[in-house]
Amino acid sequence: MGPEILRDVSFHLPERSFQFLSGPSGAGKTTLLRLLFMSLKPTRGLITIFGKDRSAITRTELPLLRRNIGVVFQDFRLLDHLTTYENVALPLRVRGREESTYRSDVIELLKWVGLGERMHVLPPILSGGEKQRAAIARALIEQPRILLADEPTGNVDPQLARRLLRLLIELNRLGTAVLIATHDLGLMDQVDARRMVLSGGRLEIYD
Amino acid sequence: MTETKRLLKNLGTRISSGARGAVSRKQMPIVPPDNVAGRAMVLVIAIMTFLSCLTLGAVTLVRDTAATWQTQIAREATIQIKPEEGLDMASALAQARDIAASYPGVVDATVVDAQATARLLEPWLGTGLDIESLPVPRLVIVTIDPLSRPDFAAMRSQLQETVANATLDDHRTWVDRLVAMARTTVTIGMSALALMLSATALTVIFATRGAMAGNGHIIEVLHFVGAEAPFIASQFRRHFLLAGMKGAAAGGIGAILVFVGFYWWSSRNMATPEADQATALFGNFAIGPSGYIGVGAIVVVIAVLTAATTHVTVLSYLKNVDSTHPDSM
Ligand SMILES: Nc1ncnc2c1ncn2[C@@H]1O[C@H](COP(=O)(O)OP(=O)(O)OP(=O)(O)O)[C@@H](O)[C@H]1O
Ligand SMILES: [Mg+2]
Repeated sequence: MGPEILRDVSFHLPERSFQFLSGPSGAGKTTLLRLLFMSLKPTRGLITIFGKDRSAITRTELPLLRRNIGVVFQDFRLLDHLTTYENVALPLRVRGREESTYRSDVIELLKWVGLGERMHVLPPILSGGEKQRAAIARALIEQPRILLADEPTGNVDPQLARRLLRLLIELNRLGTAVLIATHDLGLMDQVDARRMVLSGGRLEIYD
Repeated sequence: MTETKRLLKNLGTRISSGARGAVSRKQMPIVPPDNVAGRAMVLVIAIMTFLSCLTLGAVTLVRDTAATWQTQIAREATIQIKPEEGLDMASALAQARDIAASYPGVVDATVVDAQATARLLEPWLGTGLDIESLPVPRLVIVTIDPLSRPDFAAMRSQLQETVANATLDDHRTWVDRLVAMARTTVTIGMSALALMLSATALTVIFATRGAMAGNGHIIEVLHFVGAEAPFIASQFRRHFLLAGMKGAAAGGIGAILVFVGFYWWSSRNMATPEADQATALFGNFAIGPSGYIGVGAIVVVIAVLTAATTHVTVLSYLKNVDSTHPDSM
């Protein structure tokens, strides 16, 4: 077993809250998000998600809980054989929704993030920033209760980053708790929000 | 208004009513078809279906033929009277016939007359012989109602008491042997069929596991967007059901072609010695309607078996992935 990446970390994400998670590369931001997303189990310690003890969550409950969590992965995790449109619509398809009930939503959202022209293109020929926007659109298409975004603006220019940040802020106003992991100080300065800083395996919170 | 529309409206977008630029082309399957259930698997399923259908065809052929023989034999019994010094053959035959005819369940009792007996012996003894001068056993053919068979035990003892040298053969031994043979053949055939279906299921298990390992990244993303295990299984199942149907249909059609070909061959060569042998054994080599229904049933069973096997395999695979690598779930 390797070294402990996170130690003595204790915090609470309230409903409808908005916060940044920062820290140097390798500090454990992605690891913390994976713990929250339940794609990683803590070796020790207690995690409670939507009032449920993580260790008591069964395999059948997990997918249903995850439907309340939107995730933007640092490495996007788009499916290469599905178009941008199909990738963004995937969470809805998985919920068994009819395509006609969500088609216009997906298209409007794609247009808003500037992918209106890239809708029927496969991810391998998208630019890094385009993939990132598709990943963001997929994470919030279902208006989750909480959005975990890992470097959501790492691959776009500052202007587009501001636009995407506005999207996340508006999502938060409509009731989604948002946690953005980033080391982009410029981005954090645009919003007056709680900052959680990871370093040396410990977490410090600046309200 | 949907949540997404409200979000975008708050951001200052003018939302059009219909979906502008909407495309209603068919969505790509979530699990791409080309890296699943390859041609090799379709071929294996086709071969297995073909062999299963042939086995089933052979089994029905044997069973039907045995049943025909059985009823033919069961319709008849014979009384044999051996000649002896001082025995009045004609009256013994008449007596035996009358006794047999007096039993309920006997439709008819006929003495095989001298000419007919001579004809029966012709192949061995040649023509123009005087049957009366030879010590040849004589027969009474008893025709039986197969639905209400007479009391053979009583008939046998009465014959033995009244007519000297009379023996009754109700062909029971033959019928019993036939039934046993047919049953053994059917059992062997059915076991072979079960083995073939198991082999098919195993092939599908291997193919499914391969497909799942090759699509691990897709399964991971599906987990992340909240897909439940049965949904993931259904995505794989649809490909395997299609492959199973293709393979099974091809195999079934192949088997029917073979049946039709055999039928055509046997009816074309009706007079040749080979065909005579086959005909003597199997009737006219026709697979009856039950055989064709059986082929249809096997095709359906194999397609469904393929889909069901895939479903179960995916579910147990997902369960295993979860318990051995909790990190990757
Ligand atoms: N599955 C794992 N097993 C062991 N160590 C891991 C695993 N995943 C990550 N790590 C280690 O944990 C540390 C934290 O990684 P993490 O990805 O959380 O960093 P990060 O803060 O997201 O960095 P970045 O800003 O570069 O994305 C790193 O040293 C990494 O090598
Ligand atoms: Mg990271």
